[in-house]
Amino acid sequence: MRSFGFRILAIIFCGFCIVGCAPAEKNKAATTLTVWHWMTDRGPAFNELAKKYEAKTGIKVNFELYAPSDAYSQKVRAAAQGANLPDIFGILGEKRDFASFIKANYVLELTPYMLEDKAKWKNSFFAKALAVNEFNEGNSYGIKPGIYGAPIDIMTIQMVYNKSLFKQLGLNSNQPPQTFQDFLDIGKKIKAANMQGLVSGWGEIWMIDCLANNYAFNIMGKDKVIATIKGQVPYTDPDWVRVLSLFKEMQDSGLLASGIVTMVNKTAEQLFANEKAVFAFNGSWCVNVYKGMNPNLEYGAFLPPRASNKYPMAIWGGAGSSFMVNCRSKNKEEAVKFLRWLTEAPQQVYLAEATNNLPANKESSNLVPDVTASFAKAMDNATHPNVWGVSEFSPVIEAFDKGIQSIIIGEKTPEQVAQEVQKVKEREMAKKRV
Amino acid sequence: MRSSLYYKAKKISENIIIHLFMLTVSVTCLFPLLWMISSSLKTQETIFKDMSIIPKVLHFENYCQAWMQGGFDRYFLNSLFYTVSVVIGIIIVSSMAAYAFSRLKFPGKNIIFFVFIAAMMIPIQGSFVALYVLLNKLHLRNTPFGYILCMINVGLSTSIFLLKTFFDRMPKELEDAARIDGCSKFGIWWHVCLPLAKPVLAVVVVLNALNVWNEFILALLIFDSRPLMPLQVALITFQGEFVTRYPLLMAGLTISIIPIILLYILMQKYIVKGVTQGAVVG
Amino acid sequence: MKLKATLENYIFVLPATIIFAVFYIIPFISVFQLSFFDWDGILPTKIFVGLNNFKEVITDKVWWQAVWQSGYITLIALTFQNAIAFLLAWACDREIRMKNFYRLIFFIPPVLSEVVVGLVWQWILNGNYGILNYWLAQFGMANLAHNWLSDPNTALTTVAIVHCWKGFGWGFLLFLAGLQTIPRELYEAARVDGANAWNSFKNVTIPLMMPVVVLVAILTILGTMQVFVLIYTMTGGGPGYHTEVPVLRILASMRGSSRFGYACAQGITFGVILCMISFVQYMVNRKSRA
Repeated sequence: MRSFGFRILAIIFCGFCIVGCAPAEKNKAATTLTVWHWMTDRGPAFNELAKKYEAKTGIKVNFELYAPSDAYSQKVRAAAQGANLPDIFGILGEKRDFASFIKANYVLELTPYMLEDKAKWKNSFFAKALAVNEFNEGNSYGIKPGIYGAPIDIMTIQMVYNKSLFKQLGLNSNQPPQTFQDFLDIGKKIKAANMQGLVSGWGEIWMIDCLANNYAFNIMGKDKVIATIKGQVPYTDPDWVRVLSLFKEMQDSGLLASGIVTMVNKTAEQLFANEKAVFAFNGSWCVNVYKGMNPNLEYGAFLPPRASNKYPMAIWGGAGSSFMVNCRSKNKEEAVKFLRWLTEAPQQVYLAEATNNLPANKESSNLVPDVTASFAKAMDNATHPNVWGVSEFSPVIEAFDKGIQSIIIGEKTPEQVAQEVQKVKEREMAKKRV
Repeated sequence: MRSSLYYKAKKISENIIIHLFMLTVSVTCLFPLLWMISSSLKTQETIFKDMSIIPKVLHFENYCQAWMQGGFDRYFLNSLFYTVSVVIGIIIVSSMAAYAFSRLKFPGKNIIFFVFIAAMMIPIQGSFVALYVLLNKLHLRNTPFGYILCMINVGLSTSIFLLKTFFDRMPKELEDAARIDGCSKFGIWWHVCLPLAKPVLAVVVVLNALNVWNEFILALLIFDSRPLMPLQVALITFQGEFVTRYPLLMAGLTISIIPIILLYILMQKYIVKGVTQGAVVG
Repeated sequence: MKLKATLENYIFVLPATIIFAVFYIIPFISVFQLSFFDWDGILPTKIFVGLNNFKEVITDKVWWQAVWQSGYITLIALTFQNAIAFLLAWACDREIRMKNFYRLIFFIPPVLSEVVVGLVWQWILNGNYGILNYWLAQFGMANLAHNWLSDPNTALTTVAIVHCWKGFGWGFLLFLAGLQTIPRELYEAARVDGANAWNSFKNVTIPLMMPVVVLVAILTILGTMQVFVLIYTMTGGGPGYHTEVPVLRILASMRGSSRFGYACAQGITFGVILCMISFVQYMVNRKSRA
């Protein structure tokens, strides 16, 4: 008896051979622009815009979505090796990776286009959003100064608090903590009330890095942070130890939700949206997430409470996502035109409305709702590693952030972590680099 | 009389213990499945708020939405096509090789076999870029054929290893009988070995089918055009960068495991009965 | 005539070898080459650094911690997971009620997506409102309740147990397939000889199942040493480095740090470690059989 299942499979197989091998290519009559992106949430909105653009200019735009972002970033790198990059694409990663793409001659410099018409295009953006795609005079990457990408949205990362839980704790629900001491005091109250305090995706280490950097700016100022990255100030400096010990203080006061060290941000969002945590440290995209999970959530946004009065508090912010033009594409002029159209106010408003991201175009930013607006306002305090002109080595960042996890679980002291990070830093500095 | 009663009581208590143990394990296995299905019937708002297994309002429309928004009709067929092709390919190629490694003699046999086994040990994550460049040169990038060949390669080592172990255990007498009857080597492989190996072949089918069905990283790398993508890629659209649409995701996941469960039920017949039949023939 | 037979024999391995050579060996060679270079995965220029990448891997404490931790998970999988899988398969091989039901149910965990497994287990294990802690409190063991995944003392074991739960279905399936190939007559004969259940298990089942046990053991080692998706979704390697495993380290070098050459060196070092483990296992197995 020959297997019956096998025969069925064989028939299905033959059937699909006929269907599956039919050519998938479409006839290419007019110019077609291909855009690669990883922004799952924006797929439908992009397709809508592509339709509008085709109706207006006759140029077809194909938005190709590759998600999750890890797979996307591998795909772009692999495609670069095979010289198969599309007309427009986004680069995920650090500024150093961006620089490598430019050095490898994959990215068109947009400066001349930006400066056309009295810099009309350039001036339509938030300067800070554009800065992420900019290389300045004398940058450490050795890139010709200029603008190499167009931001399509902006984001900021700050604190949010739950107003009704604030009331339960007997606090003024319109007065988020201003100083770090206030913050810790609330932590004690939270502990006493047996509630959960701050949630955030600190299992994904970059979100720890973000808050630690915020406080580093607040405690020692931008110049000293950058001097540290350049290797002129050691991580064992008292100011850095102070930054690390803030995390210990937060943990000791009961401010941090249990399990925060392995929490992914989506879990943190779930907890905050369902009123299981008083605070969250999250990016501006959270407005959208909370709205979906709990439309009645009453919450407000605030800057992380300052730990020192010496320097202003800084938060991370800037371009959320950006697009680059492939300079080897034969359609690059058309691609630039499309990007310019995409970042014009009407399209930006549409994108902002359809996806609840903050628009990168200044003129369209006064049209967004309440909490979102406070995230947009926070742009004034925003900074980002990608605009500092120097990048820290990733093993150092990892040692720093994992070190903070160890501090929170009480395994290491801030001093120990500072020394370990400095050791990694020295090891990396000793290596010969490109 | 007493002793038979004693044995009966012993047997019943034994069975109770066995059932208790198996039921406990079953509960842990069933719970996530039930959670997934019940979540697929909730809304984004209630999914983490309402923790009951049977929600008050059942949102069956999530399934429709997931099917439509994910473009399942296309991707489902794609995945089916890739899975069937890869599994058939692996079964033929790996059973031939395993048969040769188990029964035939030729110089270099052990070396080739060990290279196959060693291949299971090196994590493939590092070789994606190299694979991409290679496929590009062979003009196999962005083609179903290229993807199928890659996936056959992914499952090859394990399948050969599995099949060889089972071929080694099979009685040689049947083969000898067939050889005396004038069967060629291919004839023996096809008419004697494969039917005898049904249980393990069924395991290989399930293993590889699951592997291909759940694969998406390689597909994202190889395919540029969306119409060629497999089902998992559609599921990822529900897990946004920022917003995960959990009910749709769960509905999509529920749909996507049905074919594998069906295949497993189909194959179980061979895993359980296959050899008894063979033994009867022998 | 002899030559023709040998050539015929080669035809059997030819398709497998060709596919394997093209899609595995060629990419592997370039990975091997890359491990001697410093390369960020983007630039056309690569810098030859000789054995520096390997030196760095060997002196990297975190790497060895990751290797050790995956070894620990593997050890749990080898013993705990496979023992349970074997017991379940053995029970399902007997004449008991509902065995079709059980067979179906035990295969659910391998089929479930990692997303669902991650979400469900995180919810079960959560420190504040997780079901596990709730039950512990109900049974008067509230002092045991804590956050299982973020406590460094329990994180690794917890992850290992979830991994075993996810993977035991495969062992179950293979053991079942193996048990099914044992001719029933042998059990009958043993029973006629007056052997009780334990004796026939010891004298018939175990010896005949040895090859399958070895097979499952090797597959468990290979599968578990390379585990990462589940850990990535559950803890991301944290807290600190307590649940880091080698493949996560490789991915971190590749994606996080853009150090492709280093990632390749890590991959090759890891492959060598696994080959050594399998070789030792092979030798031990051959000795015990001889």
